Amino acid sequence: MTDHDLVRAARTRLTQAGLGLARTPLCVAGLALIPLQLHTYPLILVTVGVPLLLVFTALSRHYTGFYRRWASRVLEVEIPAPYRTPANRGPMTRVRTIATDPATWRDLAFLPVNAIVGVLCGVLPVGFWINGVLGFVMPVIWLDRGDVEYVLVDRDTPGNFVFAPLLGIAFLVLAWWATPRAARLHATVARSMLAPGATAALTDRVRVLADSRADTVDAQAAELRRIERDLHDGAQARLVALGLNLGMAEELLARDPRAAQELLAEARQSSTQALAELRDLVRGIHPPVLADRGLDGALRALALAHPLPVEVDLDLAGRPEAPVESAAYFAVAETLTNVAKHSGATDAWVRVRHDDGRLSLMIGDNGRGGAEPSENGGLRGIERRLAAFDGTLGIASPVGGPTIVTMELPCELSSVKTSSSSGTG
Amino acid sequence: MRVVLGEDLVLLRDGLIRLLKAYDFDVVEAVDSGPALLKALVDHRPDVAVVDVRLPPTFTDEGLRAAIEARKRVPGLPVLVLSQYVEQLYARELLSDRGGAVGYLLKDRVSDVKQFVSAIRRVAGGGTAMDPEVIDQLLARGARDQPLTTLTPREREVLSLMAEGRSNGAIAGRLFVTEKAVGKHIANIFGKLDLPMSEDDNRRVLAVLAYLDRV
Repeated sequence: MTDHDLVRAARTRLTQAGLGLARTPLCVAGLALIPLQLHTYPLILVTVGVPLLLVFTALSRHYTGFYRRWASRVLEVEIPAPYRTPANRGPMTRVRTIATDPATWRDLAFLPVNAIVGVLCGVLPVGFWINGVLGFVMPVIWLDRGDVEYVLVDRDTPGNFVFAPLLGIAFLVLAWWATPRAARLHATVARSMLAPGATAALTDRVRVLADSRADTVDAQAAELRRIERDLHDGAQARLVALGLNLGMAEELLARDPRAAQELLAEARQSSTQALAELRDLVRGIHPPVLADRGLDGALRALALAHPLPVEVDLDLAGRPEAPVESAAYFAVAETLTNVAKHSGATDAWVRVRHDDGRLSLMIGDNGRGGAEPSENGGLRGIERRLAAFDGTLGIASPVGGPTIVTMELPCELSSVKTSSSSGTG
Repeated sequence: MRVVLGEDLVLLRDGLIRLLKAYDFDVVEAVDSGPALLKALVDHRPDVAVVDVRLPPTFTDEGLRAAIEARKRVPGLPVLVLSQYVEQLYARELLSDRGGAVGYLLKDRVSDVKQFVSAIRRVAGGGTAMDPEVIDQLLARGARDQPLTTLTPREREVLSLMAEGRSNGAIAGRLFVTEKAVGKHIANIFGKLDLPMSEDDNRRVLAVLAYLDRV
């Protein structure tokens, strides 16, 4: 360590110690929030407590929020807020949510702990630094007047004139060691009390899962209804017509062969149309080429059939599980449909990779941009589709373009090597 | 004419055998799986093979792979592939060896017996039989390309019929015009698309598809 580094490190530590001391009034002031909040509970009975509780809770949440942000900076880890969101915006619902939220009470418990730990962690390092400096200054003071005691040492013994600076050095070393640790200790205490507990994290996770499951179930039910309707109105009806025509042809065969022939031709046409409808339906459920060739072939086939030239760059060392593969395929298909319909682009590209247990898909175009997920819109649909697999959707689409849609899906690949080439479709 | 049939659905296989026999084809072997198909094709070297894309054991594109593999071992082996759906990717793979004598049709086309049988004969004779759906997709994609937009509607009609693998006579019959008029349209198309003239039916289809492929 050079001198320059030493000076800089010392300056950093002194700043740290100073900031720690500066925080102590805030730590103590936080105590005032305890009676403020607790007193409002009985006042709820006379209504006036409701707005008061909301105001004071908001205040205390801002206060703990400050510590959360500070502690995440010091510890360099994200500390999420653990609060429950009320089911609606009504004041009573919010009061009930606040009162039954364990995070509210953990915040209250944090306030006295923070006051004690904050003051200790703020005062101690500064004390060490001061004592360290005093160790050198003390012999000079003793020369002037003798009644000052320095950490159980006074001027009585001559040896103490040497001992005091040595003690000062010890204090400086202690201060050097303790200053960053004090801040970390304070931050760690703050984190352990303010971060969502294991239960809160699990509760949160359960809620997210319940939401995405509800979405998935809804989407599945809608899909089944669509399939049922398509079959009923399409293929089924055509097959009935087919049977009818065949029956009539059978009847007419002997009496009027020409009419029978016409009916047979009609029957054949119905069967062709029924098959075409079934084919479209199958494509909508699970494209055969996806089953045959996996994401690689399916996306290339998609690019070939797209009205714009789509460049596919795909490098996968295997195949994702079938449901993930299907979700990824339909997400890309829907996005490319959007590109064709809305973007005004002249070409597009798709890039697929798998890293760190995540399948990432990017779809870009050179269109006019401005794409936004609207409620019930295609992009929101993709988001829901991906959410069922814990996947995420990101859209970068400045007005004027270009648009890049990114999707990420956690998944493992099976070991089969499919392909690693790229091509233009 | 000796035919090898690869189809795993018993109902359809029996139907096809009956249909082929009625039109004087000799079905030398009918198999129901990919590996058996490959063996039958290489052993019998039939005049034409009629193959379902999806076959056991994988029930994916086993039939298509067997057909392509067989054509590697027996170059120019005529193969007509049938499928429940058409996929350009597969059409390209079939055409990629440029050997001709391939067909790729939707299964529903068997219901138009006469056309189906003529497609088999065309493939056996070294020609091509591409499903109109493949051609439609290719032409729809081609529409964004400049030279194709200069074609008149009639010329586009002729082009797609030509791409299906039909002769001038057949096209003339279809469009109710004279063969001479068809020849003129084709000359115009080749001129507009900048393709060299060729007398060979098979080569001109491949030329058209190669051109569309490039777009």
